[in-house]
Amino acid sequence: MDNLRPYRSFVSYIDRSREYYAAQGYSKPYAWAHHDDVPFTPLRKPLSGCRVGLVTTAGRTEAEGLIGAGGLKRDPYAEPVNPPPKSLFTDDLFWDKKATHTDDVDSFLPINSLAEQAAGGRIGSASPRFYGVPTDYSQSRTLQGAAPKILEWCREDALDAVLLSAL
Amino acid sequence: MSLVARHLEANGVSTVVMGCARDIVEECGVARFVFTDFPLGNPCGKPWDQEMQRSIVGSALNLLDRAWMPRTTIQTPFLWENDTWRDAFMRVDESNREALARAGEERRRRQAEVKTGR
Repeated sequence: MDNLRPYRSFVSYIDRSREYYAAQGYSKPYAWAHHDDVPFTPLRKPLSGCRVGLVTTAGRTEAEGLIGAGGLKRDPYAEPVNPPPKSLFTDDLFWDKKATHTDDVDSFLPINSLAEQAAGGRIGSASPRFYGVPTDYSQSRTLQGAAPKILEWCREDALDAVLLSAL
Repeated sequence: MSLVARHLEANGVSTVVMGCARDIVEECGVARFVFTDFPLGNPCGKPWDQEMQRSIVGSALNLLDRAWMPRTTIQTPFLWENDTWRDAFMRVDESNREALARAGEERRRRQAEVKTGR
């Protein structure tokens, strides 16, 4: 044991954001998704034979990250991993802009790291495309719009598995 | 993002979520989760630290390979340089309470203007 603490160490963003928006006068807190059951698909073949893809919450361009009266508006997208993007648009997203930055795409979307794993034989191949999915206030829009679209692209690219990284 | 991962799992695609907001992901409930206890923004490793990024992706692939049941979370061994971000992010205290209340009022006023087309 390194030390004793009368609190949990990791930040609760559900608690923190609720208090923050309450202080701004928003009396009805955001209701986060909660599920008792969790779907699970085991890998169906050895990892060294799998094609693996990537999903990010970042946007391609600033124009796609417009914040309007109804909240963030952005459509899902698919982009080639080659050449890897030198930057992606993240200014509109919820992350700690005082503590860090997103100038290195691989710090939030590991295109180069995954390509290395494919070159080294740990996975069969990396998907030729990565996918972008909006962080949407509306859970029903995510479930009815973005999620089926991402699944469709995964099937087009014959993916066995996907790594999803949220900023 | 967790909702998308759940949709893929329900339709036969194996997934790993990589993130720094442990409570949000675990409340939603995902098959596999690689948690790094960093400020939000760099779930795949510190900027320009290729060795760390390689390690975190390697952990995600190991989890993909070895998890045998849903809600499997692993935490990577990495720490940020300091802990000041933990209390600073979205902090509410006496020093900013009035400013936050004013900012909220201003935002609602602007949104009302957009809605009414003024």
